[in-house]
Amino acid sequence: MLEKLLLNHYEAAAVILSGIGLTNLLLQRNLIKKIIGLNIMDTAVYLFLAAKGYVEGRAAPILLEAQGGGWITNPDVYVNPVPAGLVLTGIVVSVSVTAFALALTLKLYEHYGTLNIDEALMKMTEQQEELETKISDAEEDVLA
Amino acid sequence: MNEELRNIWTQFFNWVMGNGPRPENEVIPPEPPPALPFSQKPTDKFSRFHEATLKERYTQWLELHGLHLFSVIYSGLSVLTCIVIVSLLLATVAELPPFGHERNPANNEVIRRYVQHGGRETGAQNIVAGLILDYRAFDTFGESAVLFTAAVSVLMILGASRRNSLKDSQNPHTDPEGRNFSQRGPPVIRHHLLRKDDAILQGVASLSIPVILMMGCVVVINGHLSPGGGFSGGAILSTALILAANAFGFERVHNFFNERTFIVSSSTALMIYALSKGYSFFTGANHLHSIIPKGTIGDILSAGLILPLNICVGLIVAGTLYGFYALFSEGDM
Amino acid sequence: MINMFAYNIPFASIFLMMIAAIITPLLPNRNRLPEKLSCYLIGTVGVLSAYLLYTLTNSGQSLAFNFSMGHFPAPWGNELRAGPLEAVLALVFSVAMLLSLLGNFSSTQEDIAPARRNIFCVLVNLLMASLLALTYTNDLFTAYVFIEINTIAACSIVAVKEGAETVRAALRYLVMSLVGSGLVMIAICLLYDLTGHLLMQNMHGAIQVLVTTKSYIMPLTVSLALITVGLAIKSALYPFASWLPDAHGSSTNASSAILSGLVLKGHIFTIIKIFYRVFGLDVIHALRMDTVIFALGVIAMIMGSVHALRQKNVKRMIAWSSVAQVGYIFLGVGLNTTAGIAAACLHIIVHACVKPMLFTAAGGLSNSAGHKKGLHALMGTFYVNRWAGLGLIAGACSMMGVPAFAGFASKLRLMMASFDTPVVVWSLAALATSSVLNALYYVPAVIVILTHSKDAQKNFTVHPPTKLYNFSMCVFLILNFYLGLFCVPLLRLITRGVNVL
Repeated sequence: MLEKLLLNHYEAAAVILSGIGLTNLLLQRNLIKKIIGLNIMDTAVYLFLAAKGYVEGRAAPILLEAQGGGWITNPDVYVNPVPAGLVLTGIVVSVSVTAFALALTLKLYEHYGTLNIDEALMKMTEQQEELETKISDAEEDVLA
Repeated sequence: MNEELRNIWTQFFNWVMGNGPRPENEVIPPEPPPALPFSQKPTDKFSRFHEATLKERYTQWLELHGLHLFSVIYSGLSVLTCIVIVSLLLATVAELPPFGHERNPANNEVIRRYVQHGGRETGAQNIVAGLILDYRAFDTFGESAVLFTAAVSVLMILGASRRNSLKDSQNPHTDPEGRNFSQRGPPVIRHHLLRKDDAILQGVASLSIPVILMMGCVVVINGHLSPGGGFSGGAILSTALILAANAFGFERVHNFFNERTFIVSSSTALMIYALSKGYSFFTGANHLHSIIPKGTIGDILSAGLILPLNICVGLIVAGTLYGFYALFSEGDM
Repeated sequence: MINMFAYNIPFASIFLMMIAAIITPLLPNRNRLPEKLSCYLIGTVGVLSAYLLYTLTNSGQSLAFNFSMGHFPAPWGNELRAGPLEAVLALVFSVAMLLSLLGNFSSTQEDIAPARRNIFCVLVNLLMASLLALTYTNDLFTAYVFIEINTIAACSIVAVKEGAETVRAALRYLVMSLVGSGLVMIAICLLYDLTGHLLMQNMHGAIQVLVTTKSYIMPLTVSLALITVGLAIKSALYPFASWLPDAHGSSTNASSAILSGLVLKGHIFTIIKIFYRVFGLDVIHALRMDTVIFALGVIAMIMGSVHALRQKNVKRMIAWSSVAQVGYIFLGVGLNTTAGIAAACLHIIVHACVKPMLFTAAGGLSNSAGHKKGLHALMGTFYVNRWAGLGLIAGACSMMGVPAFAGFASKLRLMMASFDTPVVVWSLAALATSSVLNALYYVPAVIVILTHSKDAQKNFTVHPPTKLYNFSMCVFLILNFYLGLFCVPLLRLITRGVNVL
């Protein structure tokens, strides 16, 4: 198995990186670090895809000029172009998602004064409890 | 030496654990103005200075509600999940087709046609450009739509509301329909150590901005001939805008690129994209003849719709990335 | 062969919604123009889908067709595929979306700041476009891109109502969703590497070859597991559903209705397509994924209801009930037979019609109780807003599975579908237990709103329900009874659709 892993070492590295990203995404309580984890995970996927597109000894998929004019269109000359397109799409998606997540994080900080989503939960429940006690106090006053 | 190493290690450890010391040079937001009469929550609760006590309160709260055990279990489970996923994926990777081998399943007839006939069928020298903007154009259209969605959402979250709440805090009942939407304290205003008379920055910026702009345009326009295209070129163009904003102040950029221009330019560009691609999808699916010429491979004016699409995408990306920067740092465009 | 017009409908409906989303930011924010445009176009899409459905059922032998997006045929270009099932789902999605928007029109105006209403319409249009694209697409990578659009738009329509709680809920939803998208992306890369295709049908062929030659079984299993878990997180299958009640409970009523009724369904239908069209039921069975899905579905049915029992806030209660209903759908998928998947699709449709009605009704009732959401505050509200009260009662009956209501029909089909499978005892026990649990929290809610209370009624700020509200409630009720009483032809249609999926 180790030999096979060494043979696919780019993919193995990508998988380990995406594991690091996923761990950060799940374990970090700080939202900024969570988002960094997400980005590590996405980048790992691009590394994986780029590695999958590579074919040994071939050129980048941009048509080369043949010697006698015209273009070399022999498919055995170029690497696989599809992963490049997929990576491009993935990058744009990740940029958009990151920006959106950061915007929400900023808003959360404005509302709760913390970047930790659990502390925000605590504040919210505390406020609700305060509100409930206020309401029940008011009701008691009315009854009195 | 040993002491220093230990120091660095403790700092790093603290940073990882999220309880590092507050950096010396951090810009501290000014004290929020006094609470508004209608806001329900006391604003002083939300200032950054209560962070330390917040942590203590959080631990107390966890223990009070018996959630401590739960959070420990959650962390343990997450670590376990991650380990399981990574080891599964490693085992999978070991089984995958070997790296860089030409007989892998992915190198099949699909790729052969892209390379062999891609030039003739799309007119693009760059096979990847032909692939994403002609063969699989619907994906790329979706991708631009993702960017558009994110831009609109960020604009909604940071832009419009912030302006409203600023307006509200000056004059609580300016809402046209008499309703009160802001139920919270005033927004955190981020301050910059932005000096608008920095001669070195301005000099370098005025030298490099034209070069960056030119570079961006070249990458966009040559998208079908060389590596690059709308997305990468648009990103380069946006750096020129960001540099200009930093060197000369946001107001100067604001004069020719504000929220309205941003919305109009990206919507129009995306609309052109949608309509032209819609035309080619429609003709393609119904086996109609498309009037768009393919041109000769290698010319600037070739590859049918790819060049105009790249320009549209470049506009959208440049505007959106600058918009993200402006919204995050200024809260306005 | 069907006619030209019907042939172009899948493409046209996706593009109509896309163009509506793109043009809305340019519209002036006067006269409720953006809202009107969205409603008219969603209505148009509904009419077009109905026509497509009509044409497909009357076209004879060729029931489903592929539509290539561009000048290049299938494995090279993108493709859409439409059959009766897709057409039915598109019709149901557009009807439910339109009714959720119309019914909650006034509460939307109250909850959302004027500057944001325009953007709310953009997001709704994008959501609709992504749902249609997920329904029709025949390409796994296109599905991924539109899943992302769906995620961002869904999170922002949670955050569209200003407030601390919605931001927190949206962030939680977003983080969970992003874990899901990451897993889906990795799985799609693995599948592409193994098969060399992104188009669903070509992938199916390649996977069949791999399975018969017994090569790459382990990577196939892992990628199937990852894509299922990723989409299960997004469609709120129980252990991954902790984000749902916050997101659906705190947002504005229209958002809750759309999220619960439609957004979850887009992801579930994607799972169904991956199971049926990409892998094939025999491969799913060989890789044991059906058992896992079935077990998770059963757990979700029970645990969703148990959580719902503990809620005091009526919207959160309905949100947890969604988790239980998603469990029903996954139970049907996990049966791994054509009948099971058809029953699951019927339940998708039923839930897409009933859950928006429940959210709209709950919104109307809490509106007449002075915007209080606690269950006890709703005492006696039936007599203030009768249509909303009727809606809540009908929805509750439907979720409990009272005969003649929509939920009964789909639960009956799920039961009948499970008779041919070895897991019949488990599924019958789960259906029975879950129905009782549903009754345990819906019956008290119904009793509360029907109880007269003089004291409470003094506090009511009487907002008379608008005509639009009553109209959409009325249509929801009609749909509910239609699905409950006359679902046999619909089920026949769905079964035909599943066969050509």
